[in-house]
Amino acid sequence: MSSERKRHVIPGEVITSGPYRAEQNTIQVGDNIVATIVGLSDIQDGSVRVIPLTGGYMPKDDDLVIGKIISHSSLSWTANINSCYVGMLPASDVFGRDYSSSADDMTAKLAKGDLIAARIVNFDKTRDPLITISGRELGKIDSGELIKISPNKVPRLIGKRGSMIQMIESSTNSQVTIGQNGLLVVSSEDPNGLLKAIRAIELIEEKAHVANLTDQVSEMLESKSE
Amino acid sequence: MGGRDTNIVLLDENGIRCDGRKVNETRKVTIKAGVLKNANGSAYIEFGDNKILVGVYGPRDVHPKHMSDTDTGILRCRYHMVPFSVEERKNPAPSRREIEISKVIKEALEPAVMLKEFPRTAVDVYMEVLQADGGSRCAALTGASVALADAGIPMRDLVAGCAAGKAADAIILDVNNEEDQAGQADLPIGYMPNLKKITLLQLDGVLTLEEYKQCIEIGIDGCNQVYEIQKKALQDKFFPSGE
Repeated sequence: MSSERKRHVIPGEVITSGPYRAEQNTIQVGDNIVATIVGLSDIQDGSVRVIPLTGGYMPKDDDLVIGKIISHSSLSWTANINSCYVGMLPASDVFGRDYSSSADDMTAKLAKGDLIAARIVNFDKTRDPLITISGRELGKIDSGELIKISPNKVPRLIGKRGSMIQMIESSTNSQVTIGQNGLLVVSSEDPNGLLKAIRAIELIEEKAHVANLTDQVSEMLESKSE
Repeated sequence: MGGRDTNIVLLDENGIRCDGRKVNETRKVTIKAGVLKNANGSAYIEFGDNKILVGVYGPRDVHPKHMSDTDTGILRCRYHMVPFSVEERKNPAPSRREIEISKVIKEALEPAVMLKEFPRTAVDVYMEVLQADGGSRCAALTGASVALADAGIPMRDLVAGCAAGKAADAIILDVNNEEDQAGQADLPIGYMPNLKKITLLQLDGVLTLEEYKQCIEIGIDGCNQVYEIQKKALQDKFFPSGE
């Protein structure tokens, strides 16, 4: 296990020196590997990275994100995906290849302010990320509760192989759509389940750095289940 | 400045300065990270009697659009003194001095901030001086780098600021307002402690080469002391339970 080698680091702090590869959020300075962000250092299989504790969302190919339509031109919608770049959703993605800007009404499908679950198709920083809403679990979101958490805490919410989120979903009888950009939509038939799921998510957001968080969350979910 | 005549005793016979410090002692510095909810990153710094609030926004869209750069992000800094920060009301419009300080702080932060990671975006740093004492540019720089780290913007190192100078013919660390007004020289330094690089260096006054070398030496020492406080501020916010 590498857990004993995890350390709290701040920008400029030397994590290690030696034959390691500098990966995510680290840089090589001479022989030293230096952190560039506040977070937890992690050394594994000859590579060093820092797991961030703060910062915004940077789009990544194949990420599921939740976005809000902010405007559209005659060829595409733009969506706020809680990042420094806006998502571009081409009209042909919704209307198919025979889309014509004169025949199809874009606002009829997606209007300003609508929420969408989308997947990032292509992103390389030189252009705004291209997103799609065709696919399983994707598309316009009609109902549910929108919650915003820090994008850095999303992996914690999901847990190891989805253990945390599965536990919340099954014990509160709700469905959670998690966007990697820190936006979530919770929906449930049962209003109590919905409230409890939201409370569990808030607890995780607040105590993301605490060890054995899964136990605390399961305790909280069970305690109020009567 | 050639050492104006004043009634203040800048340095007494025991080597104690007008505010009770020794020659190589900084003022009391306290920093708190993450004080503003609506900013992406923030810090509040008290550097002696300086009180400065820093807010960092971004990376975000650049407006006006023509300022954006397709190769790199841009850094924009605003150093501003509120009207009640000094004894006589200060006009809130940016003065010549504030524009200069904004520029030098921007240039002092640029080597540390890895803006290439965010092309076509801007990072905005707003520094509001609530109460001014001497050496506010160093204090603002120190606070700004903590706020940038708090915002999660990748940085090669933190930048710590501290001034050195000369008053009453002695080389002193961390020049305060009285010493700045009546002293002989003021040399603010911005320094990246881990990379051991200077990012800000200005000089107001006259120093001999020997005095200059001495000032740099104790100034860097002061920056290292300030750095420890910056480090602690970030640790207090992100790792409240300790290691």
